[in-house]
Amino acid sequence: MSKSSKKQFWWNNAQYRSLFFQVLLVAMVAGFFWFIGSNTLHNLEKRGISTGFAFLSQKSGFGILQSLIPFTDADSFGRTFLVGLLNTLLVSVLGVIFATVIGFTMGIARLSNNWLIAKIATVYVEIFRNIPLLLQIFFWYFAVLRALPSPRQSWSAGELAFVNIRGLYLPQPLFDDGFGYVGWTFVLAIVATVVIARWRKKRQEETGQQFNIWGAAFGLIIVLPLLVFFAVGSPLSWELPVLKGFNFRGGVTIIPELTALLLALSIYTATFIAEAVRSGILAVNSGQTEAASALGLHKSKVLKLVVIPQAMRVIIPQLTSQYLNLVKNSSLATAIGYPDLVAVFAGTTLNQTGQAIEIIAMTMGVYLTISLTISAIMNWYNKKIMLVER
Amino acid sequence: MKKITWALAATAMTLAITVGTVQASTKEEVQKRGVLNCGVSTGLPGFSIADEKGVWAGIDVDGCKAVASAVLGDATKIKYVPLNAKERFTALQSGEIDVLVRGTTWTLTRDSSLGLNFAGVNYYDGQGFLVSKKLGVKSALELGGAAVCIQSGTTSEMNLADYFTENNMKYEAVVFDTHDATLKAFENGRCDVLTSDQSQLYGLRTHLPNPGEAFVLPEVISKEPLGPVVRQGDDAWLNIVKWTFNAMIEAEELGLTSANVDAMKADSNSPSVRRLVGLEGIAGKGLGLSDDWAYQIIKQVGNYGEVFERNVGTGSPLNISRGLNALWSKGGIMYAPPLR
Repeated sequence: MSKSSKKQFWWNNAQYRSLFFQVLLVAMVAGFFWFIGSNTLHNLEKRGISTGFAFLSQKSGFGILQSLIPFTDADSFGRTFLVGLLNTLLVSVLGVIFATVIGFTMGIARLSNNWLIAKIATVYVEIFRNIPLLLQIFFWYFAVLRALPSPRQSWSAGELAFVNIRGLYLPQPLFDDGFGYVGWTFVLAIVATVVIARWRKKRQEETGQQFNIWGAAFGLIIVLPLLVFFAVGSPLSWELPVLKGFNFRGGVTIIPELTALLLALSIYTATFIAEAVRSGILAVNSGQTEAASALGLHKSKVLKLVVIPQAMRVIIPQLTSQYLNLVKNSSLATAIGYPDLVAVFAGTTLNQTGQAIEIIAMTMGVYLTISLTISAIMNWYNKKIMLVER
Repeated sequence: MKKITWALAATAMTLAITVGTVQASTKEEVQKRGVLNCGVSTGLPGFSIADEKGVWAGIDVDGCKAVASAVLGDATKIKYVPLNAKERFTALQSGEIDVLVRGTTWTLTRDSSLGLNFAGVNYYDGQGFLVSKKLGVKSALELGGAAVCIQSGTTSEMNLADYFTENNMKYEAVVFDTHDATLKAFENGRCDVLTSDQSQLYGLRTHLPNPGEAFVLPEVISKEPLGPVVRQGDDAWLNIVKWTFNAMIEAEELGLTSANVDAMKADSNSPSVRRLVGLEGIAGKGLGLSDDWAYQIIKQVGNYGEVFERNVGTGSPLNISRGLNALWSKGGIMYAPPLR
């Protein structure tokens, strides 16, 4: 019997059949979420719980300790969202920078031939990696900061900067007319340096001639803006913090909650980064190092040209996870009163409006967006440094 | 944090899954379970605090006990659920607790948009300021520029902003999750002032290493009627909680105490007393409780005056005078509608 003579039903066709079940599954999932969503709304309404996002434009009526944008209690709940978001971003960005610097230093130090340096790095990693982060945050906030003096007995550095239990008070730069020129010169200098660096690399690849870029970079980025600065008549003055009433006024204030959270987050995350760096470096076959040395490369060049590029391939994926952890862990801020998104928006704002579902959904959306953005950037960088097969 | 996440998840789940309009009555649920789930604070002296053996005490805890006595006939059948200010409403909405007695201020927003109902007032409070004597401040009007420690999720945050705005003063709000963290920050000098309801300030002050060094400023900047809260939509349960608290006030007015209630029940021929202990009148029928519900409250917990004196009054470390919380007939505003 030939195949064509037998009538074939569509459900016997593997391709159609799999398509059918996939469509069915998608429909069921969509239906499930639609049911959950509409049922939630129905029940909220029935129980007399307000819904919707109208609360975002209502007056907030409470104060926030630290805000990167102007904020008073007359501003809306929507603005408290922005203030919290910016505070979360601030501590996350600073935390990522500090954690990376400490982590790389400690990771390399652990592999040092110097016994003492290697042991210190090991002890650091083993201690801070193994204590819960929340305890570390409390430690920095309540134990360490308690040692600081009260406002009237502040420690001062030349009457310019002050430290007390309320925070670190620094002079604030006030930019006068003409400072814009200095800023633009600085930006142009950076662009020019990048251009020179590219030219240098290209020339070296073509002719083998080397060019020391550091002198040029220093002249362009530091000296040139300074010359412009004096040429336009030093358009910069400083506002000093002054003790007035209960505390210092004026200048820039760095609150102790930020300091404590930042310390805890960077020190904790850096231990994991240090281990990632160590594993990355150890993953590079020692034959590679030996071969590079045999070619007569200087130790620093071996590290820069042979070890690090290969180690980065191992380090980057782990680094990405650690950055994501740091951002998410920053939500522990609420325990010590740092006004981050969770403390301000999912805390005070939620309680004043009672609209838990909307607020928690918005907060989760923010963390998801930040995390996905970090992932995307790191994946892009990872692709860039991946092994190029020639 | 974990708790609130769970509670939120639970609310979301309940709200998502509950279908139709059938809802079991809270009273029946509690009686079937044999235990009252009562939401209290995480530890506030005089109001609700657990001692080192885990035994809860306080004026709010006695509120829980009164409800349990009325509904279950036994003041000990309670599971206390300690909640911070942020978690409390979600825990009630999600059904994790049956009644919330946690120094909760009765406001229009809370009553109308959270799906909750306030069942009365068990303590009339007002917001005040606790300052260190070293600060040298005599009035709240001298607090311009001060750093203020405050617990998040409270009406205090809004009152504080209102007060400082009205008086053209600036302040720095340092917000914490729990009473403990707030007090610790104040103790360490992170802020100049701690603000909260006055009753709480007296309670927190007793926890300072040296209570004599701090005092409460005379200004009261808000009205804070604190009372028990139940879920909206179960009127029978609302009535039970409401009349439990009314019965305690009525008992004080009639002079019934935990000590003399047995004797009064046996001997008294005053119709009011006989109605309250369930010998005459409607007794427990309207509420769907046993006839001696009020008798059980008085016998096992006591009248409002006893509860007040025992936990926060002059006989306690808090040493708060009755003030507004005295009976209406004695210069206060505690007043129960007639139990008949």
